[in-house]
Amino acid sequence: MLITYREAIRQALRELLKDPTVFLMGEDIGAYGGAFAVTKGFLEEYGPERVMDTPISESGLVSAAIGAGMAGAHPVVEVMTINFTLLAFDALVNHAAKIHGMSGGRVNVPLILRTVTGSGNQLGAQHSQNIEGHYAMVPGLKVLAPATPADAKGLLLSALYEPNPVFIAEHFALYNTKGEVDEERAFVPINKASVLREGTDITLIAYSRMAIICMKAAELLAQDGISAEVLDMRTLRPLDLDTIFTSIAKTHYAVMVEETGKGTSIGGSLIAEVQEQIFDELKGPIRWVAGLPVPVPYNKTLEREAIPSPDSIARAAHELLKA
Amino acid sequence: MDRELSLRAYHQMALIRLFEDKAGEQYGRGKIGGFLHLYIGEEACAVGAIAALRHEDYVITHYRDHGHALAKGCSARAVMAELYGKRTGVSKGLGGSMHLFCPENRLMGGYAIVGGHIPIGTGLALGIHKLGQDLVCVVFFGDGAVNEGEFHEALNMASVWKLPVVFFCENNLYAMGTEISRTSAVTEVYRRAEAYAIPGQRVDGMDVEAVYRATREAVARARDGGGPTLLEAMTYRFKGHSMADAVSYRTRDEEAEWRPRDPIPLFRERLLADGRATEEELTAIEQDVKAEVEDAVHFAEESPEPTMEDVLSSVYAPCRACSE
Ligand SMILES: Cc1ncc(C[n+]2csc(CCOP(=O)(O)OP(=O)(O)O)c2C)c(N)n1
Ligand SMILES: [Mg+2]
Repeated sequence: MLITYREAIRQALRELLKDPTVFLMGEDIGAYGGAFAVTKGFLEEYGPERVMDTPISESGLVSAAIGAGMAGAHPVVEVMTINFTLLAFDALVNHAAKIHGMSGGRVNVPLILRTVTGSGNQLGAQHSQNIEGHYAMVPGLKVLAPATPADAKGLLLSALYEPNPVFIAEHFALYNTKGEVDEERAFVPINKASVLREGTDITLIAYSRMAIICMKAAELLAQDGISAEVLDMRTLRPLDLDTIFTSIAKTHYAVMVEETGKGTSIGGSLIAEVQEQIFDELKGPIRWVAGLPVPVPYNKTLEREAIPSPDSIARAAHELLKA
Repeated sequence: MDRELSLRAYHQMALIRLFEDKAGEQYGRGKIGGFLHLYIGEEACAVGAIAALRHEDYVITHYRDHGHALAKGCSARAVMAELYGKRTGVSKGLGGSMHLFCPENRLMGGYAIVGGHIPIGTGLALGIHKLGQDLVCVVFFGDGAVNEGEFHEALNMASVWKLPVVFFCENNLYAMGTEISRTSAVTEVYRRAEAYAIPGQRVDGMDVEAVYRATREAVARARDGGGPTLLEAMTYRFKGHSMADAVSYRTRDEEAEWRPRDPIPLFRERLLADGRATEEELTAIEQDVKAEVEDAVHFAEESPEPTMEDVLSSVYAPCRACSE
C-alpha cells in the first residue's frame, strides 16, 4: 500500500502496542497528538497508561525510560526534536549506552527512542541540527535514520526485538513523503544498508533525507549519461560496511553526502574505513558533499545554501568523474 | 506608576500588541518564516517587569521574546527586520524570531531550548557579582520550563550564592498543548521558591502595575544583596502556541473568560478613570504606535539580506590567541 512516512510509523507503533509491556511516553504526544502528529488519536484509542504525556523534562524522562526498560517494560520514547535529546545526552551516553557493558553483559536496556532530525524550515540554529551522528559515535547505542516509509516502519518493528537502546532519527521533511509499505510486519534488519537505486558509474552514499536528495541527483546524472548507484545507510551504528564496499568495488567512485557539516556526523568515519580497507578499489578520492559547518542561519536563502542539493551533489559527481 | 511611567508603559504595551498583530499578518503572507510565537495577551508581564529595571540591567528570555525585546528598548524596526531575516535585524537576520539579541540594551537573547537559558541568567548575575556591579538580571520563562532540571539547578545556585537575579515565570497555564496540572505536581510555581529558601510571589500578570510593583521589590532586594526571587505572573496567551497551533486543547469558554482581562484595555480604563491620562493622549499614543509599526514593516521590507560571508564570519569571534 502507498502510505506516508508518518503513517508508516503510526502503523509500526500500533504493532508495538500489541505487546502489553510497550508504552509510549513523550512531551505533548497525548492530548496534543504529537508535535508532528505521529501519535494523533492514540491517547483516545489506547488511554493514558499506554500513551503518557510527560513534563518538559528530557533528562528525567529518558532516564526514567531506561529504568523502566531495565525493569522489563518496553518504553517507546518520543523526544519532540533531536535538539532536545541533548538534555538527555547524559542519560543516553553515560547510562543507556554503558549499562550492558558495565554490568558485564548482565543487564539490558531495551529502550526505543524516536526523535526528529533535520534543518530547512527556518527554525533557527537551535532547532536545525542533525545530531544523530553524535549518537552514532557512541558504542552501546544503535542509531537508525530511515529515509523511506517502508524502512521507517520496518526498522521500528525490529527495534522491539532489539535488547539494546535504539535511537531512531526521523526526518521532519519526510513525514509527508509517500512510499510502498508492506501491510504485514515487514521487518527491516538493524544492521543493513539498502541500495535505493542500482548503478555502475559512481556510488552516492547518504542517509535519511539526503538519500532521497541523492535519488534526485542520480536522475540529473542519468540525464548526462552517468549511472549512479544510491546507497541509503539506514543504520548509522552499526555501519554496514559490506554493502558500501560491494558498491564501491563495482563503481570505483563515491560521493559521501551529509545534511550536516563535515565532521559533525559519521561520513568521515565511513570515508576513513573505505580508504583503509578497500583503497585499491578507488579510482579517485571520495568526494564529501556536506552542509556548511555553521550554526544554521534563519535567513531563508542562506539556510537553503547551507545544505546540499541535487545540483551540488551532481556537480561533485561530475567533477570527480572528469578529474 | 507615576504619570510618565504609565504613559510609557501604555505605549509599550500598545506597541507590542500591534507589532504582534502585524507579525502574524506578515507570517500569513510568507514574509516571515520558521516558528512565530506571539505574545498577545501577555504584554503586561514584559512591560511591567522591565519598567522596574535600569537600562544597564540584564534581561534574558525564551523564544516568545518580541515583547521583551521591545520593552527593553530594541527598535521595532530592528526586531521586525529580524523576523524578516534581514541584515538590519537585531541578530543580522541569522537568528530569527526566537533568537533576538540586543546587547546594547542588555537583552542577552531569546532561546529556543526550553529552560536552557535559566541558569545562564543565573550566570549573568554571577558575572555581575564577580565584577562588583550594581546591576540585576531578570530571566523570563514559561510554566513549562520549570520542569526542566536546569530551573532547579539555577535557583539553587542563585540562592546559595545570593545572586542578583529575578526569576520571572510567565504562567500562561499551558506548555504547548499541555495544561499545567497535567505535568506539574505543584501548579503554583511560586511555591517552588520554598525549596531553595528564596522569596516566591504570585502576581496578576494581566495588571501591568501589579507586575511592576512586585518586580520593583524583587529587583531592589537583589540589588541590595538580598539574593534572588521567584515571581510567577498569571497570564494567558490569547493566540496559539505558535502560528502552527490550532489550539484544540483548551475550551472556547476558557478563552472567553480571559478576554475581559486583556491587560491593555484594563490599563487604559484605569488611566482614564484616575485621570493619569486623557483620551486624547492615549489616542495619540495609539496613532504613534501604528505609525511605528508601519515604519518597521517598511524598513524590514526595504532592508538587504545578509550574506553567506556574514554566516561564515560569525561562527567564531575573531581569534586573539592564534598565530598568523
Ligand atoms: C528542551 C526543549 N524541550 C521541548 C521543546 C519544545 N517546546 C517548545 S515551547 C514548549 C512549551 C513551553 O511552554 P512554556 O514554558 O509554558 O512557555 P510558553 O510557550 O507557554 O510561553 C515546548 C515543549 C523545546 N523547545 N525545548
Ligand atoms: Mg506556558
